[in-house]
Amino acid sequence: MTLNENTEPGGTGAGDTRRKDRPDGETVLVVDGLTVIGRPSDVEIISGVSITVKRGEILGLVGESGSGKTTLGLSLLAHCKRATEIVGGQVLVSGQDLATLNEREVRQLRGRAVAYIPQSPASALNPALRLGVQLTEALHDGSLSDKEVRARVREVMREVALPDDDAFLRRYPHQLSGGQQQRVAIAMAFVGRPDVIVLDEPTTGLDVTTQAHVLETIRSMTRDYGTAGVYISHDMAVVADLADDIAVMYRGEVVEHGRAQTVLSDPRHAYTRQLLMAVPLLKTSGHEEPEPEEEPLLRISGLSAGYGRTQVLEGIDVSVSRGECVALLGESGSGKTTLSRSVAGLHHQFTGEILFDGEPLATSSYRRTAEQRRRVQYVFQNPYEALNPRKRVREQVLGPYRHLVGRPDDPDAVVAEALERAALPASYADRFPEQLSGGERQRVCIARAVATRPDLLVCDEITSALDVSVQAEIVKLLRELQDQGMALLFVTHNIALVSNIAERVAILNRGEIVEYGPVGEVMSSPRHEYTRALIADTPDFELSFPGAPERLGMDAERKGASDRVAEG
Amino acid sequence: MTGPSTSTPATAAPRRRPGLFRTAWRFGRTKVGVALTGLIVLIAVLGPFVAPYTATEFVSKPFETGVDGTLFGGDNRGRDVFTRFLWGGWTLLLLAVASAGIGVAAGTVIGVIAGYRRGWVDDVLMRTNDVLLAFPQLIAALLVMSILGPKVWLIVAVIAVSHMPRVARVIREATRKVIEQDYVKAAEAIGLPRWRIMTVEILPNVTSPLLVELGLRLTYSIGVVAVLGFLGMGLQPPTADWGLMINENRQGMAIQPWAVALPVTAIAVLTVGANLITDGLSRAAIGIDRGVEK
Repeated sequence: MTLNENTEPGGTGAGDTRRKDRPDGETVLVVDGLTVIGRPSDVEIISGVSITVKRGEILGLVGESGSGKTTLGLSLLAHCKRATEIVGGQVLVSGQDLATLNEREVRQLRGRAVAYIPQSPASALNPALRLGVQLTEALHDGSLSDKEVRARVREVMREVALPDDDAFLRRYPHQLSGGQQQRVAIAMAFVGRPDVIVLDEPTTGLDVTTQAHVLETIRSMTRDYGTAGVYISHDMAVVADLADDIAVMYRGEVVEHGRAQTVLSDPRHAYTRQLLMAVPLLKTSGHEEPEPEEEPLLRISGLSAGYGRTQVLEGIDVSVSRGECVALLGESGSGKTTLSRSVAGLHHQFTGEILFDGEPLATSSYRRTAEQRRRVQYVFQNPYEALNPRKRVREQVLGPYRHLVGRPDDPDAVVAEALERAALPASYADRFPEQLSGGERQRVCIARAVATRPDLLVCDEITSALDVSVQAEIVKLLRELQDQGMALLFVTHNIALVSNIAERVAILNRGEIVEYGPVGEVMSSPRHEYTRALIADTPDFELSFPGAPERLGMDAERKGASDRVAEG
Repeated sequence: MTGPSTSTPATAAPRRRPGLFRTAWRFGRTKVGVALTGLIVLIAVLGPFVAPYTATEFVSKPFETGVDGTLFGGDNRGRDVFTRFLWGGWTLLLLAVASAGIGVAAGTVIGVIAGYRRGWVDDVLMRTNDVLLAFPQLIAALLVMSILGPKVWLIVAVIAVSHMPRVARVIREATRKVIEQDYVKAAEAIGLPRWRIMTVEILPNVTSPLLVELGLRLTYSIGVVAVLGFLGMGLQPPTADWGLMINENRQGMAIQPWAVALPVTAIAVLTVGANLITDGLSRAAIGIDRGVEK
């Protein structure tokens, strides 16, 4: 799917007249030497940032969490987060300096001149107000009559490809799906015909299919309205697909800024290269066929699970062999987490059989033998919630070991070894979770899981809460563990990741497995329509700069890792 | 891959955020509260050792002031007011601390169990709680005292029982929030016994509301113990007790105000001090518990 063509699906006559008085190519947003500091530490959150955006173009602002991209985005609305302050530089929107505006003028500015789409549509929409009311409020233009306002609201709803009838406008936000909510948020942002629109990771919480639609809407709306877009994201693949210009932020500074083509094909800064290489690429060929094995380590047959009366999984058959990585791929609500939790003994309401090493696993972890619990370990999705904040890393790692293996002779050695397998230095043992970054926390979670030397590691979307570059490191780590003989059940919604890590893949759609087979076969010749749609909607991304190593840098590294194992 | 996002082993560990106590100490109110409470506790604990007379020694005529050798004159029977003031604090403090401690401990156990086990356990515990909550604290205490007679252990027990359901509610809510977190599920997945999960995983993570609750219950306990003493349902004469002193000497308040003023001031300062500390703790707890940082 390409979004780069200058097509206007929603472009009608009205769109053309709008563009007459707003010629493309005119620079509408200028940020010059902007510096924002945090109080009371006086640390510069962003320092001396300069960017420009032209009408009808989108600037992709890329960086990791903490790089200051959201702070920059908010400063375009003349808004500062709590305990932050703009101390230098200026922001010009259509030639007007935001610093000179008083409070009333700032209110006029927001929504009209500059609009904002936040990451979570749920937080952009007021759950107590009907859609029609919210859109009318967002317009807040006193010069229009009621009739004109209604007409404008309907027009913008049509443009974001949502129904414009009264019944729909009378709905509340909770009656919409996530994708519809995000489109309403987009409609709200565009309803006042802003000069600049700030999009703060608007597709992060969405499925690939929905993401593709939302990106297409954003693309056509900015072109159609002649609006300058600032698209904040940590996902290079999305930005590469969408943006005209790319600015890469690192520790509060713009380290690279240029046309998308140039930045992608010839990245100058080492950090940009790293970001580009961290993006997992959809691999449709070059997979090794897994060798069939007599008795798989884990065999799930005829599994059905649900919550109360709601059935979320139906007739699931999956098996995982020793040292193999099987991916469970599905979008939110497909039941993939329920399935992985059933394997871990955390979800009890299921029927069917789970055989582990020939022995059936009980529904509850408490009714399984200690040996079974030791051999099946689970890593959670959100590393910020999976570690007890009151325990040191050492205790977190030792806890399962003591309980399942027994009191170790040398606890320090156990901790050090587990941390080493998770690629963390042994000195981390004395830290508390709050002293760790997100990626480090996830490594501690992995260290905790591998400390007991399990045979099967169930990974439930373990990279989705992390930045793309951290994700790449975690995936690399998992491959190393797999090379040491560990089987993985890898749950994810990221098809590109699956194509890089798994040997076999099961694609879940609405509680059923629609396709199951070797990754190479599924990726190169998908049989099910749903799989084809998933592959088509994944942002197309190629590394084109000279000297770009193998995708994700994983194949090469993996070879090295297996060599090391062979030597040892 | 090494780069900016990779952690390098050489870097020193980032500093921990200050804990609950240290955060609370930054507020001026906490310091004032500690000073006030400390003063009264000091009087109550050291008082008996520095008192010029014994608590029941007669040194003057009833309600006589300006007697040589007494600082604040005599009380309703001619005993030294200052001596009885110095003697009368530790009973009040001991009763208040014991009842608050037992009540909060029992409430925490019930709250954590109800919050974690849910189902019928939760229902039974919390509905029993609701029944207990229906009794007003002071009325229930008076009722029990007048039936069974004023005994020290009974005072502690009644106040503790009346605190229990209130603490249990707060702790149950805090527990519910904690068990949503994945580290509790992680402990379940490895089959850690339920009681271990409650003590090791849950309890350390509800300490913030627990401390706030402890301070609050202590303040209430001081009030109830003092009121029971005043109403004659607490400690019995001739024990020196602040609540009792107020009751015994209130007829002579016009001619001998010190016998009432001293214990009243002490109780007021103690309550205000304990409240300020609690306030500081709860403000610090709000800051600390404000969501998981992401």
